Amino acid sequence: MNKKKKFQKQKLIPVAVIAVLILIWQAACSFGWVPKFMLPSPADVIKAFVTDFPLLMSHARVTLLEACLGLVIGVLTGFGCAALMDSFPPVKSALYPILVLTQTIPPVAIAPLLILWFSYGIAPKVILVVLVAFFPMAVGLLEGFQSVDQDMIKLMKSMKASKWQIFWNVKFPNALGSFFSGLKIAVAYSVVGAVIAEWLGGFNGLGVYMTRVKKSLSYDKMFAVILLVSVISLLLMEAVKIIQYKSMPWEHLKDE
Amino acid sequence: MAGKINGLHKMSEILRAEHISKNFTDKDVLGDITLTLNEGELICLLGVSGVGKTTLFNVLSGLTKPDGGAVLMNENAHTESDGTEWTDITGKTGYLSYMLQKDLLLPNKYIIDNVALPLTLRGIPKKEARNKASELFERFGLQGCEKKYPAQLSGGMRQRAALLRTYLCDKRVALLDEPFSALDTITRTSMQEWFLEVMDSIRMSTIFITHDIDEAILISDRIYIMKGSPAVLSDEIVVEKKKPRNIDFTMTEEFLEYKKLIKSKLSDD
Repeated sequence: MNKKKKFQKQKLIPVAVIAVLILIWQAACSFGWVPKFMLPSPADVIKAFVTDFPLLMSHARVTLLEACLGLVIGVLTGFGCAALMDSFPPVKSALYPILVLTQTIPPVAIAPLLILWFSYGIAPKVILVVLVAFFPMAVGLLEGFQSVDQDMIKLMKSMKASKWQIFWNVKFPNALGSFFSGLKIAVAYSVVGAVIAEWLGGFNGLGVYMTRVKKSLSYDKMFAVILLVSVISLLLMEAVKIIQYKSMPWEHLKDE
Repeated sequence: MAGKINGLHKMSEILRAEHISKNFTDKDVLGDITLTLNEGELICLLGVSGVGKTTLFNVLSGLTKPDGGAVLMNENAHTESDGTEWTDITGKTGYLSYMLQKDLLLPNKYIIDNVALPLTLRGIPKKEARNKASELFERFGLQGCEKKYPAQLSGGMRQRAALLRTYLCDKRVALLDEPFSALDTITRTSMQEWFLEVMDSIRMSTIFITHDIDEAILISDRIYIMKGSPAVLSDEIVVEKKKPRNIDFTMTEEFLEYKKLIKSKLSDD
C-alpha cells in the first residue's frame, strides 16, 4: 500500500511539472507575450492535431513502417554482429573501433547521401534507421555476452557444454537485460531517424509532412506532428518495457 | 554398507593423480602432487586459502593442463571385473563433475531446470530430464523448490541445488570446491549435517576442498594436507570414525585428537 502511494507520488511530480509548463506556454500565447505566428498555443496545437488526425495517421503509418522495418533489421544485425564479436576476439578487435567511429557521424549528415544513392522511396529511410538502431544493440548485447561470470563458463565447460550451448544457456539470458536497455534506445532513435530521413526527401511520412507544413508556415500543424512523433516514441518504449517485464519474470520476483 | 567405506585400503581405486605440477609465469603453484581416491570414498584437501587447491581441481577436472604428471581414471572401478584399466584423462573435461565455490545457478531458469542442466546438455529432452531430476528433490531436501527461481532460495538451499546438479552430472567422481564456505556459520553446520546424510545415501566418490579443519574431520574418510609454495600434499590422515556420522562427532575426544594432529601438521615446516 505504502509502496503504491510512493509510486503514485513519483509519477505525479513529472505530470505536474509538465502541466505547469503547458499552462505557462498557454498563458504566454493568450496574453500575447509571444506573437502567434511564431509560437502556436497548446490549444491551437491540439486543434490542429484533431483536425489533421486522419492525414497525420496516414503519414504516421509510413514512418512507423520504416522505423519498425529498420529496427528489426538493426536489431538482428546488431545481434549477429555482437555474437560474432563475442565468439571471435579478432573480429571484435577489427570491428569494434569502426563501430565506435561510425557513431561520431551524425545521421543527418548521412541522410542526404542515402537519398542520393537509394532515391526517394522507403529504402534510404529504412537504411538510416538500421544504422541508428544497430549500434546500441550491438554494443549492449556484446557487453551482456561478455559480462558473464567466468566461473559459469568454467562450470559449463566441465559439463562438456558446446560453445553453442554455453551461448544459449548462459550468455544470451545474461545479455537480456542489456538487450532491452539497448532496444529502448534503439526504438527512440529509430522513429527520430525515420523522420530525419524523410525531411530530406520523400513522398510520404511524418517528416515529409513536417517539411510541407513548415513551408506553408502552419506552425500549429508542425507542433502537432512533433507531438505525434514523441507520442509514438513513448508508446514504443513503453511496449519494450512491457515485453521486457513479461519475458524476464525472474527479475521481479519480489513484486509478486 | 556405509561402514565399508572405512575399510578403504581394500577398496578399488577410482582416480589417481600422479606427480602433478603446475607453474604459472610468475609462480610455481603445484609442486609434485600425487593422490588417490577410492570408490565411494570422500577425501578432503585441506589447506589455507590461496595454496593452490582450486588450481589442483582445475587440473583434475581437465580445465587446465598440468605442466607435469597425469590424471588417471579407473574405468572398471564400479564393475565386478577384477582388472583395473587406467584411462589417461589429463587435460580432458567431462570425466569428473565439478562443483565450484559459488552456486552458479542460472537466474533465469527454474531450480528444476538448473538442476537438470547436465542432462539437457547431454541432449536428454527437457521433460525427461525434469522427471529424472525431480525424483531426487526429496532426498536432497529440495522438495517444493522445483518451480522456484534461484533468487527465491536461501544460500543453503541454492548449494543443495548445486550439489544435486553436480550429482546429476552422473560422473564417477565429484570435485567439490568449498561448497559451504560462503554460508554463515549456523547455516554451514546444518548444511554439513545434511551433506553427511545425503552422501551416505548417494555414496559418490568425492574430493572435497576446504580450509575448515572441523569440516574436514567431520565429513572425510581421509584428509590430505596441502601446503607450501609450490604446494605439496604433506600429510595424509585417515579419519577412522565409522560412517554414518553426525554433528555430535565434533564434540568427542576423538575429534579433538584429530584436530590437534592436523593443527600440528599444518603448522610444522
